[in-house]
Amino acid sequence: MAKSIRIRAKVKGQTATVKALITHPMETGLRKDAKTGEMIPAHFIQEVKCEHGGKTVVNALWGAAVSKNPYLSFAFTGAKPGDTVKLSWVDNKGKSDSAEAKVK
Amino acid sequence: MKRRSFLKGTLASSTIAVAASAGLLTPRHVLAAWPESAFEAENIEDAMSNLFGTADNKAADSINIKAPDIAENGAVVPVTVSTTIKGVSAIAIIAEKNGTPLAANFELTSNAKAMISTRIKMGKTMDIIAVVKSGGKLFTARKNVKVTIGGCGG
Repeated sequence: MAKSIRIRAKVKGQTATVKALITHPMETGLRKDAKTGEMIPAHFIQEVKCEHGGKTVVNALWGAAVSKNPYLSFAFTGAKPGDTVKLSWVDNKGKSDSAEAKVK
Repeated sequence: MKRRSFLKGTLASSTIAVAASAGLLTPRHVLAAWPESAFEAENIEDAMSNLFGTADNKAADSINIKAPDIAENGAVVPVTVSTTIKGVSAIAIIAEKNGTPLAANFELTSNAKAMISTRIKMGKTMDIIAVVKSGGKLFTARKNVKVTIGGCGG
């Protein structure tokens, strides 16, 4: 699977800020296909987990109301430049992906 | 022949076991934690009680919601929630009048700062409600966002 995650982490003082963009359709299941008139089945990310040093920092639970190609950003303390942050997601069809980035 | 298929069988099952122990199958465990009833709830009280076990909440000035006053496109409304409340364990974003109001819930560990941003869909003009959980209590804040083009369906 092509990489679906773009992640960047930057440390400033004591705080590391992580920004991530995920490529995902985030279908609500309420939309109709313009051509066939059939409902497009729901397909959205349910859980996004971010880990630093093997420990979960943020665990995001999402519904279908999160926008297409989701963006998320958060901050945490205790990271040094060179550390690795890992982001992984799982959607309602059981697909998943993960990516890692070095903290700058 | 029999021996061969027997070997194949054991090999296959052992790879599954290895995969499971290496954490490759963890998404399945993770998925089980997704609070379906909260995300499918059609009103705010149900969403909150299904998610946090209670809908009791207090309005708090110390929660800051950053979102546009007028969103031209309801499909992409940037929202940032931050708070000065200490010991925050979760921040949830609720879009008041969406069919299923709960948009997202961020579970924060003690290292995480009480600040998250994301983008959500909004069907029409409504309030965004931020719910902050701290020490087992819920605190909320609201911000009205005018939506010119709805973002749920077409």
